Amino acid sequence: MRNIAAALAALIAAAGLAACGSSSSSDTSSSKATSSSSSGSTGQVIQSNPANKKVTVTIGSKNFTEEFILGNIYAQALKAAGYNVKTQLNLGSEQIALKALKSGQIDAYPEYTGTALTSFFKVKTTSIPTDPAKAYNQAKADFAQQGLTALPPTPFTDSNAVAVTQATAKKLGVKNISDLKSKASTITLAGTPECRQRQDCLLGLQQVYGLKFKSFTPVDPSLRHEVLQKGQADASIVFTTDGQIKANKEVLLNDDKNIFPPYNITLVVNDKVLQKAGPDFAKTIALVQKGMTTPVLQELNSRVDLDKQKPAAVATEYLKESGYTK
Amino acid sequence: MGPGGTRMIVAAFDFGDAIDFILNGRESVTGGVRIGGSELLPQLWRHLELTGAAVGIACAVALPLALWLGHLRKGQFAVASIANVGRAVPSLALIGFAVAYIGLGFPNALLALTLLAIPPIFVNAYVGIAQVEPDIVDAARGQGMTEPGIVRRVELPLAVPLVFGGIRTSVVNVIATATIAPLIGVVTLGDAIVSPQVYGDAGQLGAAICVALLAIAAEVTLALIQMLVTPKGLKLSSTRRRGFPFMSMRRVEVS
Repeated sequence: MRNIAAALAALIAAAGLAACGSSSSSDTSSSKATSSSSSGSTGQVIQSNPANKKVTVTIGSKNFTEEFILGNIYAQALKAAGYNVKTQLNLGSEQIALKALKSGQIDAYPEYTGTALTSFFKVKTTSIPTDPAKAYNQAKADFAQQGLTALPPTPFTDSNAVAVTQATAKKLGVKNISDLKSKASTITLAGTPECRQRQDCLLGLQQVYGLKFKSFTPVDPSLRHEVLQKGQADASIVFTTDGQIKANKEVLLNDDKNIFPPYNITLVVNDKVLQKAGPDFAKTIALVQKGMTTPVLQELNSRVDLDKQKPAAVATEYLKESGYTK
Repeated sequence: MGPGGTRMIVAAFDFGDAIDFILNGRESVTGGVRIGGSELLPQLWRHLELTGAAVGIACAVALPLALWLGHLRKGQFAVASIANVGRAVPSLALIGFAVAYIGLGFPNALLALTLLAIPPIFVNAYVGIAQVEPDIVDAARGQGMTEPGIVRRVELPLAVPLVFGGIRTSVVNVIATATIAPLIGVVTLGDAIVSPQVYGDAGQLGAAICVALLAIAAEVTLALIQMLVTPKGLKLSSTRRRGFPFMSMRRVEVS
């Protein structure tokens, strides 16, 4: 009984700590963000075209933070351009999202170029072009054969990256992944379970960089930053747009041998819907994507993951702070 | 052929592909590494290790306590609480929570699965002992048997079907739940289930089939052991009534 009480007390304490942590970080991060994204402001405002009112488009997204935010941004931007917009923002995986898109249940959804190439078009990770533009063009050509248009990609890429804490970076004196070469045998690495068997993850680090880590521990994706903070791993495989990178001041090592392929977002749209929707559709998407740099996405993700804001609210903030809507 | 027929054929193809994954293996979806086939063996071994350790510890902890409390016919409240709390705590939440205290790896997974395994074993053993006819126990006491002797030679043999029912439930639960272990660094058969990008649909389905077969195999093995240790008298009455003990699920529902 006493144990249960102790466990409960620990839980409550942990919850309290977490609450304090997130509220304080929300203060600092949102003030920083406002300045950073308003500096990226283009001053161009989305114009509403009454002719678009008769076109209804359904925007979809997969079911994780970044996709929720992007789905909301695209939906709100198209609404501002005058379109009649519906949303379907909780599709489980890319396979489900693609099926929904082809069957007309949704008309468009944001997909990563790297994911599209490996998951839809059976390209091995080592064969994905390291140049983002080339990767996009390849995905675009493949989508075109299926009656789908991949709109031009975002500036940001949500790729894999090797992250270490500032203290570790200082202690090891490393900037590039290849600098780890002589030190890898003392370094413990964590990553998602699938990382262990991927060329754009542990396999690539071993084969291309020749790194032999002391150990690799697969962990749940939600723990990828926690293991660094708790000292359970020296380095961790993270995604470049994770909000925790900024909040925890993690250092990302430079991928100097290009093993991590680009994962820029492209909005994939049904050809017929795109024709019906007219030129305003692609123009609006291109406009709101201008401000989507990697630091901005880190900030937007952290507002949802760490500050516990709603993705729709964060999308509205982004559009306003960047000057796309009033 | 209607859409139902097409769907059946697609399902049959998926199933065949999954079997091919189990038997032959292939290159991973993302490339560069072999998956399936003989690569499943170390994962199977890890799965068995984890399951064996968790159920073993659970038995060592729960059985003596349950036999003792059951013999005294005391502690109904404790039994009900253990059963309910055990049911309510999701293992996935438990491993996430325990990462902060015991870290990643085998000990964490073992703790979560042991806690999952204890309630059915404990509750079934308790009820199995406590439900033995008081008249029989009194008769044994009248014959001059000691209390430990009564537990060992009268109550336990009569409770065997229920005690085993609890262990069998736990083993199946643990085999199924050990699939979450790759999330904290223990690479069991769940690896394909949590890494669909690497393993693809066939790998995911194939691993699920392996886990299901493993659960069935464990269930049948334990049923055979149960048959061997059940007293002849009990076996006669139960076989006449229900046949093979695998079919007769004498278990206490923990809810």
